[in-house]
Amino acid sequence: MLYINCPHCGMRSQNEFSYGGDASVKRPELNKEVSDQEWDNFVYNRKSLRGKHLELWQHISGCRQWIKVERDTATHEIFRTFKADEEVA
Amino acid sequence: MTQAFRIENGGLINRDKKLSFKFNGKTYLGYEGDSLASALLANGVHLVGRSFKYHRPRGFFGAGVDEPYAVVQLYRNGETEPNIKATEQELFEGLEAKSVNCWPSVNFDIGAINNFLKIFLPAGFYYKTFMWPKSFWYRIYEPFIRKAAGLGVASTKHDKERYEHKYEYCDLLIAGSGPSGLAGAYAAAKNGAKVILAEDKSRFGGSLLTSDVNIGNQSGQDWAEGIIAELKTMPNVVVKNRSQIFGYYDHNMLVMSEKVSDHLPATKKYHPNKRLWYIRAKEVLISSGSIERPIVFGNNDTPGVMLSSAAKEYLKVYGVLVGIKPLVFTNNDSGYETAIEFKKHGVDTVVLDSRKNPESEIIDEAKSLGINIKNSYVVVAAQGYKKVKSADIASISEDKKKLGKIENIECDCICVSGFWTPTIHLASQSGNKTKFKEEIDAFVPGQSKQNEITLGSANGVFSLEETLKTSFKTGSELSKKITKKDNEIAIPNVVEKKSSQHDKFWCVPLPKGKNYKRFLDFQNDVAVSDVEIALREGYRSIEHVKRYTTLGMATDQGKTSNLNGLQLVSEIENKVVPAVGHTTFRPPYTPVSIGAIVGREVGKQSKPTRKSPMHSWHEKNNAVFVDAGVWLRPRYYRRGNENLFEASKREAKNVRTNVGVCDVTTLGKIDVKGPDAAELLNRVYTNAWLKLPVGKARYGVMLREDGIVMDDGTTTRISENHYHMTTTTAQAANVLSHLEYYLQLVWPELNVNVVSTTEQWAGAAIAGPKSRDLLQKLFPKLDVSNEGLPFMGYMEGDLSGVKARIFRISFSGELAYEVNVESDYGNFMWEKIMEVGEEFNIQPYGTEALSTLRIEMGHVAGSELDGRTIPFDNALEGLVSKKKDFIGKRSLQRSAFIAEDRQRIVGVVPLDKQTSIPEGSHLVKDDKAPLPNPKLGHISASCWSVEYDNPFSLAILKDGKNMIGQKLFAMSPLKNKVIPVEIVSSHYVDPKGERVRS
Repeated sequence: MLYINCPHCGMRSQNEFSYGGDASVKRPELNKEVSDQEWDNFVYNRKSLRGKHLELWQHISGCRQWIKVERDTATHEIFRTFKADEEVA
Repeated sequence: MTQAFRIENGGLINRDKKLSFKFNGKTYLGYEGDSLASALLANGVHLVGRSFKYHRPRGFFGAGVDEPYAVVQLYRNGETEPNIKATEQELFEGLEAKSVNCWPSVNFDIGAINNFLKIFLPAGFYYKTFMWPKSFWYRIYEPFIRKAAGLGVASTKHDKERYEHKYEYCDLLIAGSGPSGLAGAYAAAKNGAKVILAEDKSRFGGSLLTSDVNIGNQSGQDWAEGIIAELKTMPNVVVKNRSQIFGYYDHNMLVMSEKVSDHLPATKKYHPNKRLWYIRAKEVLISSGSIERPIVFGNNDTPGVMLSSAAKEYLKVYGVLVGIKPLVFTNNDSGYETAIEFKKHGVDTVVLDSRKNPESEIIDEAKSLGINIKNSYVVVAAQGYKKVKSADIASISEDKKKLGKIENIECDCICVSGFWTPTIHLASQSGNKTKFKEEIDAFVPGQSKQNEITLGSANGVFSLEETLKTSFKTGSELSKKITKKDNEIAIPNVVEKKSSQHDKFWCVPLPKGKNYKRFLDFQNDVAVSDVEIALREGYRSIEHVKRYTTLGMATDQGKTSNLNGLQLVSEIENKVVPAVGHTTFRPPYTPVSIGAIVGREVGKQSKPTRKSPMHSWHEKNNAVFVDAGVWLRPRYYRRGNENLFEASKREAKNVRTNVGVCDVTTLGKIDVKGPDAAELLNRVYTNAWLKLPVGKARYGVMLREDGIVMDDGTTTRISENHYHMTTTTAQAANVLSHLEYYLQLVWPELNVNVVSTTEQWAGAAIAGPKSRDLLQKLFPKLDVSNEGLPFMGYMEGDLSGVKARIFRISFSGELAYEVNVESDYGNFMWEKIMEVGEEFNIQPYGTEALSTLRIEMGHVAGSELDGRTIPFDNALEGLVSKKKDFIGKRSLQRSAFIAEDRQRIVGVVPLDKQTSIPEGSHLVKDDKAPLPNPKLGHISASCWSVEYDNPFSLAILKDGKNMIGQKLFAMSPLKNKVIPVEIVSSHYVDPKGERVRS
């Protein structure tokens, strides 16, 4: 079970969180023309990365905040975590 | 019964307390502190089971966790448990156990015929044989294999025992209480670290219990006792026996199974049977020790052949002689220690040492005691069927290829030692890159992946002095980093006998003309010849050889067989062992009860049970409950001998004619507050929200980004910046997360807060033509006329002093209202409604009637919003705004979603107006068409229409829009039904929706 550092609450076990997928996906702006390809990329197309991956988790049984977690998908190592509005350098 | 093989004195058992127990129906006596294995051996019982494949007689091979044979079925306090190792089961008064894998009895087992037909059961036999003919599999092969296989029988009764889960955090977790574990724990504890020390056996001390050493001025065993006693007094230390750490998971999470009650005749009141610990440790010291490995020779599975360390443990810990004419067969000094221990108790042994001329202090001691030692000698084969009677022995050439003349010597047990295999399971599970250590012919941990360090013999270090030194140091340094304290500890002097180099020899060649089975894996009956076949047939990877032969795949995980198997593969392949590599170690290290894994989450406790504030009223009024997600809801209220069908029909009919009341507390409720609340709703729902006035409710549908309907419900504008959103019972949690996702990540600029208020409000739906009259009586001061409180209107009221929210919304299609009060007043509200409603013939109605009412009105619910439908499919396209953008809108342009013959909701009526259509039935054009019969749609919900008094169903049907009036067939192979049906509008009752507005 992973041990995730919630930027709001501190170190918590994985069973307090729920997974939210790739954090680098950006929703197209509202009321903007979007091509089929762009929309498909947003809704469906994901890379299945091996290695460092920035992903979303929600601290669902804690502060309920969505956070960003930089995790190695092969080793499960967690490098850094960020608040939702934090820029990832 | 006498305990003929128990020595007069000695051992760690309590001779003052005799215990009686039964094995295979026969009563025996043992002592407190015995294991089932030691007690049986004390009584001379060596035959305990039959082997897996050939049903050969099997006895005891080890004395602990490595035991491959002595797996028994245990009976305790009216319960039974399979897959119990007799070597690990502590004896208690009244224990009962039986052999497994034999029929009719362990002494006469019909399956043993496999032993004489063994030519037919080589590696891969099952794969090769049971392939054809195909039809034989279910009828003949599978039942036969099922009966033949297995290690006991699981109980089919409900388990009365309780199992607990516990979460714990510590600085240092120490797995194993041998010398390295004790030293590491002690040093860390002295530095103030939070320490958990876990020992799988009942006694602490590990190898110190059986070795002849001195630490400081005391025996190793006394030293261990002293350390444990001191650790137990320290507040920062948790010391646990009977606790096996069986799994090492990500981020230094380890799981331990504590056997709280297995050693007692019955579990004490309020105690669990087992406790599963999830431990998050900052640092882990693995001091899991090592397991002696066997040398492979002919018939090496005969009862009486056992590990020499086990023979020594039975003698030193339990005071039991495993034989009175032992033969020791060794390639290292450990065998001598066993021989010396026998000699001390007046039993003469013969030691066969494969080495030519070994010299060491231990060997010198054996010689001085006059023990008969034969160098360059090996056991070729054990003789005897149900027990060793003699051994064929021979001298062996220096290159270990040629045997001398075979001699036969009498013996009643063969104690074998092929040196030691470090227990690297936990380190390997954690991701440690193990490496092969030439000097000991075994793998040891290498580069750590997580915060784990392996110490002592688990790390391939067999000198006590060195082990203590490194363990004290490691424990001290690791804890110092965490606690910043440094309490120096003097490392005690160690007196131990030096041993000499072991012989790299693991398998005795077959003598000419003999075809003895030489077993590698004792539990799965894998012999040398099986691995040879696998390699001959082209299997190369050790992982493939393992699966083809099942080597190391038994419940003992090959603790005694893996390395010998690797040696064999590397020898045949002409590779070195590290090039062959070992198979992956996976948790659990030892079998763990399913009960312990499940813990308290059994039956009703497998999920939380939520009850509405009116629950006790429902109970008192004969409600029959149904699980709705985690909620318990009344399904119907039984009157007299009514069944579900009759009761729900009565309740639904009363709503259509008078007035009914339904508990709708379970609906999800979310408070949406803030200046941008309307904007959020406008983006989340498919319809327009910016112009909803205060005091009005609106029905909304929300989509996922892929265009699929996620949920529906009404949202009411309570005040300028305050909305009360309702969701379906099932989707409440998902909708909240969904809103939080958009507010926190996508549109953080929106100034809105959302919070769940599901539990804050109790809700009652009042529905039926007389509901307005009832409402007026409940709130005499309010104007609840059609003008005062129109359809989709909202007002606040005073219910005899309790603040209430009144919504004019309807799920039943009738004139209806929903009244909410704070949860604590829920029951008060309900009783008031029932009391005032009496004159209007009010009846409560449950979820079954609720479904009937919504189905015949064509209102969609969870069975239509099933994660596969878009608004059009549910006839909700009128709610999809063309002007504004919203979540999922772009997806609605996908070609499949705008196809001309897109699926759509319809009503379905059986032509005979009698036969109810099972939910899930497929709609087809031709009931006689060959399979696969093209499916046009499926029945999503069915009811008995109280309006028309005939069955009515909803269906999602391809091109549903143009199918009204068509005749189709509803087919349910599950219920074996073919029903001719007619497709009608989904709005079966009141298609214009006049009643809700009346």
